[in-house]
Amino acid sequence: MPNLANPTAFLAFVRRVLPWLGAAAAACFALGLWLALFVAPPDYQQGQTAKIMYLHVPAAWMAMFVYAVMAASALGTLVWRHPLADAAQKAAAPLGAGFTFICLVTGSLWGKPMWGTYWVWDARLTSVLVLFILYLGLIALWRAMDEPGRAARAAAILTLVGAVNIPIIKFSVDWWNTLHQPASVFRLGGPAIAPSLLWPLIVMAVAFMLLFAALHLMAIRNEILRRRVARLTMVAATRRDALAPALAAEARP
Amino acid sequence: MNDPHIGFVVAAYAAAALVLIGMVVAVFADYRIQQKALRRLEGRGEEDAR
Repeated sequence: MPNLANPTAFLAFVRRVLPWLGAAAAACFALGLWLALFVAPPDYQQGQTAKIMYLHVPAAWMAMFVYAVMAASALGTLVWRHPLADAAQKAAAPLGAGFTFICLVTGSLWGKPMWGTYWVWDARLTSVLVLFILYLGLIALWRAMDEPGRAARAAAILTLVGAVNIPIIKFSVDWWNTLHQPASVFRLGGPAIAPSLLWPLIVMAVAFMLLFAALHLMAIRNEILRRRVARLTMVAATRRDALAPALAAEARP
Repeated sequence: MNDPHIGFVVAAYAAAALVLIGMVVAVFADYRIQQKALRRLEGRGEEDAR
């Protein structure tokens, strides 16, 4: 196992793992979409509309999972000072925002034919919207601060404060009255969903997870390169400053 | 597929595909930008060292 705290070793690890992850994600998406669209039967009440579930549910799981990854990375930044923890956290935020956006849009498109409305301000929908705003806030925070170390610490604190929203999202359907259905896969007593509908859902969830893993590794690699670019830019500027008097003397007639 | 709500299903899959492809393209584009900047700076560093 390479020492992944070392950026050079991490880059080599990404180069080795990425083709396999990408191929596995593509294969799972192909299989999952085939199962979801052509094999899974329509729901006896919802008809073909239930096919939105194969995007909506994995996106919702990923929206929460990515935030949990960010919270763990925030601990890595604040407690263990792991050199790649803040890069992992920063790289995950846009991906989490993307998955949350898919969850909100597909949920809305599922809600209109089933509930008669695109949106209601109930606990589940509102807490997921808060999660989306948290992701956008964190992305904005990183962009607003010039000093990367300070930005990382501020973002880590905000991430940990925002983590309180994750159990609220998960249990909102149990704690409050809501239009949203309660959990039907991860529940005590096992899944309440028929295997013919469950398997395509599981394959799609694995595809989303593999895609996130591949994109997250690539985005962390981008962060490492961005830091190298920033460091080399500073070195080049310092060198030019040091050479400036000599160059000015040379340029004088 | 003669469901009266099939348009919502198509719209959901199209929106998700757009976002997922957008995420992949954004990550690849960022990688190309960083690599190009790195090559330019490393080239300049070698020039300065000469």
